[in-house]
Amino acid sequence: MSLGHVLLGVLADGPAHGYDLKRAHDERFPAVKTLAYGQVYATLARLERDGLVEVAETTQGAGPERTAYALTAEGRAALLGWLEKPEPAGPYPADDLVRKTVVALRLGADADAYLRRQREVHLARMRELLALQRATDAVDARIVVDHTISHLDADLRWLETAANRLAEGRGR
Amino acid sequence: MTEVHDPLMTAVGLRKAFGRTEALRGVSMTLAPGEVLAVTGPSGSGKSTLLLCLAGVLRPEAGHVQYAGQRLDELSESRRTRLRRRELGLVLQFGQLVPELTGVQNVMMPLLLDRHDRAAARTSSLGWLERLGAGQVADVVPGEMSGGEAQRVAVARALVAGPRVVFADEPTGALDTLSGERVLEALLSSARDTGAAVVLVTHDNRVAATADREIVLRDGRADPRLVT
Repeated sequence: MSLGHVLLGVLADGPAHGYDLKRAHDERFPAVKTLAYGQVYATLARLERDGLVEVAETTQGAGPERTAYALTAEGRAALLGWLEKPEPAGPYPADDLVRKTVVALRLGADADAYLRRQREVHLARMRELLALQRATDAVDARIVVDHTISHLDADLRWLETAANRLAEGRGR
Repeated sequence: MTEVHDPLMTAVGLRKAFGRTEALRGVSMTLAPGEVLAVTGPSGSGKSTLLLCLAGVLRPEAGHVQYAGQRLDELSESRRTRLRRRELGLVLQFGQLVPELTGVQNVMMPLLLDRHDRAAARTSSLGWLERLGAGQVADVVPGEMSGGEAQRVAVARALVAGPRVVFADEPTGALDTLSGERVLEALLSSARDTGAAVVLVTHDNRVAATADREIVLRDGRADPRLVT
């Protein structure tokens, strides 16, 4: 997903200033990297040039001029077209959890102890996210948290399976 | 929590076999008042057996369980039964409701067995059903309830007598994620309000993450390195 789609997606909620777009994005997706203002304004300029957004309103307050952007019909069509296409399933590359476990086995180090420490970290993060989720009634915010929790859950299941395989290996 | 309170429950060297299968091979653990403890581990590791020994349903062959200063194995059968009814609540994976009784009648059961006044038992049972968001199934038999509703009724039944410990064996195991989340939230918030400790046997990482502490069982032993 490009930053263009990200901003169009946030504008689907209604017109907003560049500043609001950044804030709405960062609040809604706390797990991803925050947006830089320069990036947001440059992308908005490109989207405007391509006819996907338009200036809804320009206000002159005490500070600099503020421009609110709105989704155009073309912008909406672009988002709908993007929704039509499902994303590829993965690939999920082997990450550091897997690498560390394999290295522990090769070194003859205590792989169980690593898996246990990792489980504690994952469970603690899941606990934080569950608390975060309980603290909001916004359906979209809850759905975003569900996604992170499901990935943590997949990792936790893998950690458990790995520990069971090690125990099985010792039993043979 | 464990440092400042005397444990409410202590298990020492529990062993239990079913035929030639050793389900528990010397498990020791403690439970603090008001604590939420998750018991996790692979299938067949002895989780449910441990739960039933702690709840006084199964009798271990060796070792003992101490609850509020008394050893469960030294109590007479009638005192142990009374203890189970009044102070220890139990929730199983599929609710285990009596199919012929309505929701509210199921919840009232422990109170009636304990010779409470019928009208008062009904009032407090209805109160618990409401609190757990299952008021709509008070007059419905289990066969006509959803899985989540039946499980809420089972939780209400476990809580109605005001237990000090609630034991739950895979309470969300048969439910989808959202129904499970609501049942768990109802169970834990009620336990928090009444100060009851909760022991949760679970495969569900969301449930384990909700607990204060986790014990991991493996081959009938509490892996000492896995007690967090």
